[in-house]
Amino acid sequence: MIETNAIYVIVAREFKKFIREKSRLISTLARPLLWLFLIGGGMSRLVPAGENVSYIQFIFPGILGMTILFSSIFSSISIIWDKEFGFMKEILVAPVSRFSVVLGKATSGMVLSTFQAVIVLCLFPFIGLRLDPLQIIGVILVSAVLSFALAAFGILLASFYESYESFSVIMNFIVMPMFFLSGAMYPVKLLPEVLKIVSKLNPLTYGVDALKNIVFPYETGRMSADFSLFTDLSVILTLSVVFVFMAGKAFERKQ
Amino acid sequence: MSMIQVENLVKKFGTITAVDDVSFEVDEGAIFGFLGPNGAGKTTTINILCTLLAPTSGKAYINSYDCDRESSKVRNAIGIVFQDSSLDKDLTARENLMFHAYLYRVEKAERKQRIDDALRFVDLTDRADDLVKKFSGGMKRRLEVARGLIHRPKVLFLDEPTLGLDPQSRSNLWEFITTLPKLHKVTIFMTTHYMEEAEVCDKIAIIDRGKIIASGTPAELKKIVGGDVIYLRTTDNKKAMGDVKRLFDMEVSEKDDEIFISSMKGEACIPALIREIGERVLSVRMQRPTLNDVFLKLTGKEIREQNGTAQDDVKAMVRSYRRRHDRD
Repeated sequence: MIETNAIYVIVAREFKKFIREKSRLISTLARPLLWLFLIGGGMSRLVPAGENVSYIQFIFPGILGMTILFSSIFSSISIIWDKEFGFMKEILVAPVSRFSVVLGKATSGMVLSTFQAVIVLCLFPFIGLRLDPLQIIGVILVSAVLSFALAAFGILLASFYESYESFSVIMNFIVMPMFFLSGAMYPVKLLPEVLKIVSKLNPLTYGVDALKNIVFPYETGRMSADFSLFTDLSVILTLSVVFVFMAGKAFERKQ
Repeated sequence: MSMIQVENLVKKFGTITAVDDVSFEVDEGAIFGFLGPNGAGKTTTINILCTLLAPTSGKAYINSYDCDRESSKVRNAIGIVFQDSSLDKDLTARENLMFHAYLYRVEKAERKQRIDDALRFVDLTDRADDLVKKFSGGMKRRLEVARGLIHRPKVLFLDEPTLGLDPQSRSNLWEFITTLPKLHKVTIFMTTHYMEEAEVCDKIAIIDRGKIIASGTPAELKKIVGGDVIYLRTTDNKKAMGDVKRLFDMEVSEKDDEIFISSMKGEACIPALIREIGERVLSVRMQRPTLNDVFLKLTGKEIREQNGTAQDDVKAMVRSYRRRHDRD
């Protein structure tokens, strides 16, 4: 029961609102800039470079991952707003399956996050990276899959919360740790054992790692990717399917 | 044939019974009023009818489709205006209608025409491209009614449609709602706790604490009160009540600092009352029966007497229960 009309109109609504809200667009793009140039720029004075990769270049895939993480989760968490302000009822009483609603929301997250990731991707020449067209396409494709998986994960989270007070709980206890333990700021292989295990359970880790694999494929040693591209992609694709079905189930319940 | 059919419907939230063995039928093209104080079970019933809640037991049918098992067919057949606005305030009026049209698979060829017609019908054509957050309460309600009709439903649910509106918008909205069955061939199911608004209904069911305590046309219900009601304020209400009971063999009740008496012929009754207990009477007034009196007669309390009543407590309990157990 996949209703394309519902998916289309849900995505169209989110996109329209996103374009209309200039402040949201600016603030979501300001965050990666701050991290990349202020933290990355400062830290690269402290952290020795790898073979071919400087610290600011090393965190670039992580910053892309962060952009995707925040915008996907934010897009999905808007379900809580929709519940709070009543619009969700309009969708829930419509003759469309809950699964289509979830697919529509996840697709919205995918479209918006990929769009933002592409903008951040345009910064690569400014930090001295060289990417060929194939690498650029690779980054965009991985961004899309990762966005979809994280948006579905966000819907799953949103289905457990009723009011927007829970927003800060989700941000502080789920999203921020996910970011820090994804290998975005430091290689997973350098982490202490316990944190390494937690990192390996984090979906974002594989997304960031896939991006590292594509952005600096020839790097070995400290700053190289931690897993193979095949492993990364298998994990993200599997998780997208798993999350979207779990979110669908979580959404379907009726009292 | 009935458009809506409800049989022995029960809905429990934990130990609280929000809807308790409710049965009724609504004919096609009728305006049906579901009346009761806040927390009586009106919204719960609507939520079951529009497939948002599953009943604990009992059956509900719309257009002969089972609300629990054939939810998709039921959803196609109904339009709903919820108690709280369910518009997207960051979209324009037209965009809200467009969203709805897509969601209900209105044919591409018809979409624009239906939306333009709907906007004209609710008198919002010149505001069509303004964001909904700039609209007044009355405009939002009208837009929601228009949206509920875009997919040509068989039944339109209106849950407290006039709640929070000023008197002017309220009477405008009612005038508008009464034209719907003829113009759009819909059956209307509305809830309200403003008794005087229910006068426009063809049929009414009064619900209190989850049970239907009376139903019929407004005229039939008013007969329950037994005609006019005479209110008296006296120097000693207890004594006056006793006297009236003894001398006239009429039923007397007390409410606030007034006693009241039902009489088929109020005009003739007042002089007789004054003759007997006149020196103790401080004031007299008479009221033609209203639906409020019907409710008062049936339950011994005013419908809008809400502060800290048991119903409010139940409503709060149901809400918090649903919040806590939403995941079950």
